[in-house]
Amino acid sequence: MAAPSPWDATRAREIIDAHLELEGPALPILHALQETFGHVPREAVPMVASALNVSRAEMHGIVTFYHDFREEPAGEHVVKVCRAESCQSRGGREIGDRIAALLGLKWYETSADGRVTLEPVYCLGLCTMGPNAMVDGKPVARIDKVGAARLVEEVTR
Amino acid sequence: MSRIFVPKDVAALALGADAVAAAIAEEAAKRGLAIEIVRNGSRGAFFLEPLVEVETPFGRVGYREIVADDVASLFEADFLSGGDHPTCIGKTDDFPWFAGQTRLTFARCGIVDPLSLDDYAALGGWKGLKRALALGEIGTLEEVSLSGLRGRGGAGFPTGVKWKTVAMAKADRKYVICNADEGDSGTFADRMIMEGDPFCLIEGMVICGLAVGATKGFVYSRSEYPHANATFARAIEIARAAGHLGPNIDGSGRAFELELRVGAGAYVCGEETALMESLEGKRGIVRAKPPLPAIAGLFGKPTVVNNLLSLATIPFILAEGAQAYADFGAGRSRGTMPIQIAGNVRYGGLWETAFGVTLGEIVETIGGGTATGRPVKAVQCGGPLGAYFPVSLFDTPYDYEAFTAAGGLIGHGGIVVFDDTADMAEMAHFAFEFGAIESCGKCTPCRIGAVRGREVMEKVLEGRGGAADLTLLEDLCETMKFGSLCALGGFIPYPVTSAMTHFPDDFRRAGLPAAAE
Ligand SMILES: Cc1cc2nc3c(=O)[nH]c(=O)nc-3n(C[C@H](O)[C@H](O)[C@H](O)COP(=O)(O)O)c2cc1C
Ligand code: SF4
Ligand code: FES
Repeated sequence: MAAPSPWDATRAREIIDAHLELEGPALPILHALQETFGHVPREAVPMVASALNVSRAEMHGIVTFYHDFREEPAGEHVVKVCRAESCQSRGGREIGDRIAALLGLKWYETSADGRVTLEPVYCLGLCTMGPNAMVDGKPVARIDKVGAARLVEEVTR
Repeated sequence: MSRIFVPKDVAALALGADAVAAAIAEEAAKRGLAIEIVRNGSRGAFFLEPLVEVETPFGRVGYREIVADDVASLFEADFLSGGDHPTCIGKTDDFPWFAGQTRLTFARCGIVDPLSLDDYAALGGWKGLKRALALGEIGTLEEVSLSGLRGRGGAGFPTGVKWKTVAMAKADRKYVICNADEGDSGTFADRMIMEGDPFCLIEGMVICGLAVGATKGFVYSRSEYPHANATFARAIEIARAAGHLGPNIDGSGRAFELELRVGAGAYVCGEETALMESLEGKRGIVRAKPPLPAIAGLFGKPTVVNNLLSLATIPFILAEGAQAYADFGAGRSRGTMPIQIAGNVRYGGLWETAFGVTLGEIVETIGGGTATGRPVKAVQCGGPLGAYFPVSLFDTPYDYEAFTAAGGLIGHGGIVVFDDTADMAEMAHFAFEFGAIESCGKCTPCRIGAVRGREVMEKVLEGRGGAADLTLLEDLCETMKFGSLCALGGFIPYPVTSAMTHFPDDFRRAGLPAAAE
């Protein structure tokens, strides 16, 4: 993953402008902002709102409605563990709890040193080979106790 | 030059397929052998992945569960000529798990190079579009109706009826939306097509656009599928460059544009009206119906919203004719269903077959029972809002009407198997919890009901629940079922009441000490 850029209003303006030709550009803009800055910076919200001609409150509502959009920067590594039924049927609940305990994090929490963010995810489409996770966008399947420890070691090293 | 197939499907990647492909390339170079490595999609037998295949004069030969360390010995065994090896499954097409299927929608998935237009055309690609152009709008609509195709996204609504409504609506602009927001646990068919046969979806959407008079299509996918999205975005570019998309489709003078959009982790955006709100750039809140999307949909314009599988089945129907599709199936469920066998199952994967096979055959015969080897306890069919079936209902035929009669639904074709260690009260708790997380909040029965249900189930799980709580749950389910605006709140009662009805013992935990931890 490319490291997130620090806040830059000019850059944000360019990102917003580049999408204004789209029909219904709000989500593509928010995704692009998050891709660049690692989250949707508070400063960007009024800019998007005025570009799309909606109120700030409305724009804030949109950002917070979607689970993906972050208002705070994520950790260096993002661990998304599948909590859905098919993974549960293969021991996913225990494995997820184990990963959380090994990281010493609660769901949606980022470690104090900014290294790791832990998030739940509801299905990665790998349901025959759970318990599954996505670490920095890479799929990890068939996670057992050893796999959980390895996963945690890799993101905390 | 030998053609070797190493899947690039995200499931194969999770099991090390990239390292296998690199090892094969390296070993071939070391031995001075000219090879071509094709990164295909998955054929759907995930228990065989990474499934490496080699093209031989007598057909494709498969090697199962290959890791990079196997590669040198594969070369020693002369796998480039289909040589024997402990991992060899023989001719892939003859492997029973594949030979037993009827692959119409998934005919090419896992076979072709997903981004090769040559491969696509060689295996019947664009044939459906050609015929649709020859038939014209009315002829195309007729074919779709006659095929008996019903929506594969959940509700099983006849696709032909939907298309005709949009075709008849008068408007300056119309849309086609592919619903690829595959959020159901236990499903991965949409993902497999986007990764393994993306042109098939593009062809289906172009046919739809031409038939209903829409010039713009959107594919609404999920952020949880980054690999599928990357492949599909590339496929759109390739198809456009070749003139299969754009202002003059295949020289017909007709226009159709396509855009991929990615959601942002909201399950409810799979509901068609919430999806359209999301595409318009708003919060994914469900709209009241009417108006139907077919009359006033995206940006208020007539819109076809179809599941990805519905649209990816269209090229076959047009190419081979409606009857060729309708010849398969049972009762009012015509054609085939790409069933996704998942969870605690031995042979998990995508198994496309004509409707009518029984649930027991799917789980026990095709799926081989549980992965743990323990007895099956329950099977959840149709995603998080689907019912839990006990083994006593295993003779239920897999078709829309039979599943409804058994108190369940087929949904998007997902089947999640649980062994006897599963705690069905936990699963009922999870159904409410999931509902509480994903509710769009528009209506009270769902917004409040899911939270209330979760609280009551917590009490039950802790052994503090009594008979009154179970009655309360039943009442709550009744209210949610009949008072919710959409099927998220309306269908949470399916997993909950089916668990309570079929596994009552799991809900009687009075013997447990309160607050055990
Ligand atoms: C909460 C909820 C989630 C849904 N998720 C999906 C989905 O992920 N994919 C889908 O095709 N349909 C989903 N649907 C059904 C759609 O609303 C709609 O019926 C479907 O896309 C129509 O396409 P079809 O006729 O081809 O099935 C969902 C419905 C609800 C209530
Ligand atoms: S049932 Fe739930 S998800 Fe559906 S409209 Fe009501 S609150 Fe929204
Ligand atoms: S349920 Fe975990 S990947 Fe589908």
